[in-house]
Amino acid sequence: MAVSTMSFKPTLPLLISAFVSLLTGCNEANKLSLSERSIIYCSEGSPETFNPQLSTSGTTTDAIAKQLYNSLIVYKGQNNILGPSLAKDWHVTRDGKKITFYLRQDVRFHQTSYFTPTRLFNADDVLFSFNRILDKSHAFHQVSGGQYPFFQSNEFSELVEKVEKINDFTVRFILTRNDSSFLANLATDYASILSAEYGEKLFIENTPHKIDIQPIGTGPFKLKDYRVGSLIRFYRHDLYWQEKAKIEQLVFDISPSKTSRLTKLLAKECDVSSYPIAHEKIAERSDLLLESITSLNVGYFGFNTKKQPFDNKLVRKAISLAINKQAIIDTVYHSQAARAKSILPKTSWAYDSNTPELGYDPVRAKSLLEVAGYPQGFTMDLWAMPVQRAYNPNAVTMAKLIQADLKKIGVKVKIVSYEWSTFLRRLSLGEHQSFLLGWNADNPEPDNFFTPMLSCSASENGNNRTFWCNEEFDQLLQKALKTTNMSKRKSYYAQAMAIISEEMPLLPIAHSKRFQARGTDVEGDILSTFGGISFYHASKTKPTSEPQNLNEPNKSKKVSN
Amino acid sequence: MLTFTLRRISLFIFTMLVLTLLSFSLSFLFPGDTVINHSGQINATASELVQLNKAYQMDKSIVDQYGAYLTHILNGDFGQSMASQSPIRNEIIELLPATIELSLVALLIAMVVGIPLGFIAAINHNKASDNVILSLAMLGYSIPVFWLGLLAILVFSIGLGWLPSAGQISLLFEIKFVTGIQFIDILLSDSPYKWQAFSNASAHIILPACVIALAPATIFIRLSRAAMIEVLAASYIRAARAKGLSFQQIIFRHAIRNALIKIIRHVGLQFANLVTIAMVTEVIFSWPGIGRWLIESIYQRDYTAIQSGLLVLSCFIFIIHILTDFIYAALNPLARGNQHGS
Repeated sequence: MAVSTMSFKPTLPLLISAFVSLLTGCNEANKLSLSERSIIYCSEGSPETFNPQLSTSGTTTDAIAKQLYNSLIVYKGQNNILGPSLAKDWHVTRDGKKITFYLRQDVRFHQTSYFTPTRLFNADDVLFSFNRILDKSHAFHQVSGGQYPFFQSNEFSELVEKVEKINDFTVRFILTRNDSSFLANLATDYASILSAEYGEKLFIENTPHKIDIQPIGTGPFKLKDYRVGSLIRFYRHDLYWQEKAKIEQLVFDISPSKTSRLTKLLAKECDVSSYPIAHEKIAERSDLLLESITSLNVGYFGFNTKKQPFDNKLVRKAISLAINKQAIIDTVYHSQAARAKSILPKTSWAYDSNTPELGYDPVRAKSLLEVAGYPQGFTMDLWAMPVQRAYNPNAVTMAKLIQADLKKIGVKVKIVSYEWSTFLRRLSLGEHQSFLLGWNADNPEPDNFFTPMLSCSASENGNNRTFWCNEEFDQLLQKALKTTNMSKRKSYYAQAMAIISEEMPLLPIAHSKRFQARGTDVEGDILSTFGGISFYHASKTKPTSEPQNLNEPNKSKKVSN
Repeated sequence: MLTFTLRRISLFIFTMLVLTLLSFSLSFLFPGDTVINHSGQINATASELVQLNKAYQMDKSIVDQYGAYLTHILNGDFGQSMASQSPIRNEIIELLPATIELSLVALLIAMVVGIPLGFIAAINHNKASDNVILSLAMLGYSIPVFWLGLLAILVFSIGLGWLPSAGQISLLFEIKFVTGIQFIDILLSDSPYKWQAFSNASAHIILPACVIALAPATIFIRLSRAAMIEVLAASYIRAARAKGLSFQQIIFRHAIRNALIKIIRHVGLQFANLVTIAMVTEVIFSWPGIGRWLIESIYQRDYTAIQSGLLVLSCFIFIIHILTDFIYAALNPLARGNQHGS
């Protein structure tokens, strides 16, 4: 009797398994062509905007800057020498106040479903891009909030008197004073060039805000599709002014969870993953490659100096003294980072080996707390960022270590964390008492560490979330910018760092390496020492012809292990 | 049938009213301003706030406020997501189909696997195969879904590399959003990679759907086993056997039909359970559905999204419940005449 039922029992699973193997089988065979021409990158977060001028968040810069845009000039080669990009040449007058750029005449903007350019890139686009930042009455200045954090923090609008169009392919910047960081700032990802023609079109259509959502640039890729929190799809810009990119499609798979990024990497669902965890696991796989780069960055523990009790510098010092940085570096960074003496990393030319460092001394911390009037300690909140960045691979663990350290001197710590964009928004409102954050340099200029992070202007509308403002410190930064004498500049920066250690608006913790993992079938440099990542050189299989390295921008120094 | 239908519809309306009342009261219970919780407009300017207060009749009595809230909901205006600032309605329209697709596939797997196994167990009642199936069902029911999900990824995605671990389809394929049900959209699209996309999507759905299906499948095993045992003991089966019908004739013509009717009643109940499991599974497999969205909203304290998400999900479960009731009634005339509801 049971025979009849037995006969159909195995057929069903058999059928299913046959069906499945058929599906997956043909899947592997045919997909190859499409996947060979594309790269999927597991990124750690969504960009806030598609215009690099508007944000200094590393996630945003990584996603959009070097994919969609070009700047006038770029840093090139191992020694980070300024080189041409959209400007083929430039000239600086002897007093350093007039800088003339000679533009390329063969650059095309992206053609997309929402915009078709009718002309080549010219001086109008440069004027449009910079006047948007500089001129408060510019039609696009207030679009998307009128905040240009990078340029506002280094007071770009006070530095640049005006931008002149000499002819269609020549532009001149007239500065109010000599500033040694000007060219370096123009070479950052933030100084991207937008299309003036696109701006006009949007202005006529009365949808100016689209300029920052549906981007048009000159970069090697153009935007195809963006779904918040899910993916960004780029297509290759086939009329790129240099040799076109080697891959046709670039997809950013937005995966904020670090374990899901690892899973996707191991399951081959992404080709490249940002900030991987489980380094040993990746290193032991023969089909995966773990690479790292010594990037210019600093991870720090900042205090809101506008809020009790951190408006008292003794409290800030006491808390800083109680933190065991070495333990943090061993645990959170897996010893893959250098302990930070001050905010400037050792690889910067302005680094001074005599910079004083506040050590680890819980006993002194306790006595300082007593002097400050908190013999019983107090309760504070500590905001830990929810995403990994190179400068802080695991803020929550770091927060827990700090919590344990501070418990020893009687300070209770409540750890607070929000989703990344909420976190940044609330931080800018100053709701926090203390926070864990960091800074990735955008150019090799030392000023890039000081002004955007700790200047008074940055505390008003920039990235200075300590809200610390010190006149003397600001003046030192100004002096350092006015001279081109390297040793003088170095001494100004050393003095500035001495003020930081004295005032302790933040406690620098570590300068770390940035990690990335990729399948061994992906070739070409992606990471760079500063600024955003670039997929321009990345390819999936071995390129058929020798790549021409004649005119490649932003070639970066890379250390692989 | 008419009274049955009317009774179900009135039950639906009243349950929905209670649910909206609950979600309405959540706005008051959540921290923050009530009208902002309703609308989700955290960055509203002063003049916008005045407008919002007017729209939600915040200056009038609580009954009027509820009325205004209900009008908004009925017009499909769930407010804005606090986190992304886009209309929640659009987000739900984009995400709900993915959940429906996954749940239905899982339900199908659970039924296709569970019911026959239950029948086999019942036919071999008290024999070895019955015991094996029952023990397996017990084991399957006891495995927590988050653990099973991770285990499945570890074995099938990372270890063996057979099936993908995350998402609905490889991101390389661009499928235009039409219905939101991935398989239908793929068939409707004119992509040159249509069939690759279809097989890729099938590969993606296998793991999460099987993980979700496990617990309901074990319940179906036990339900169908019990139903079959009951049917096989019924006098009409004995009569059929006495008439000399073969075993196959008895099972396929008489027993299965009658046992299935008993099971279908429980499908609706099981579906609620299944959607709950699906929410957790969506998180594990990064499935772009409403469950994952809801859990993320909780993490981001996106009160407006939590409210509307709960409302829509419970509404969806309720509709499925009623639908299975209708199917049951259509198949079984006895149920329609039942005066005292069920």
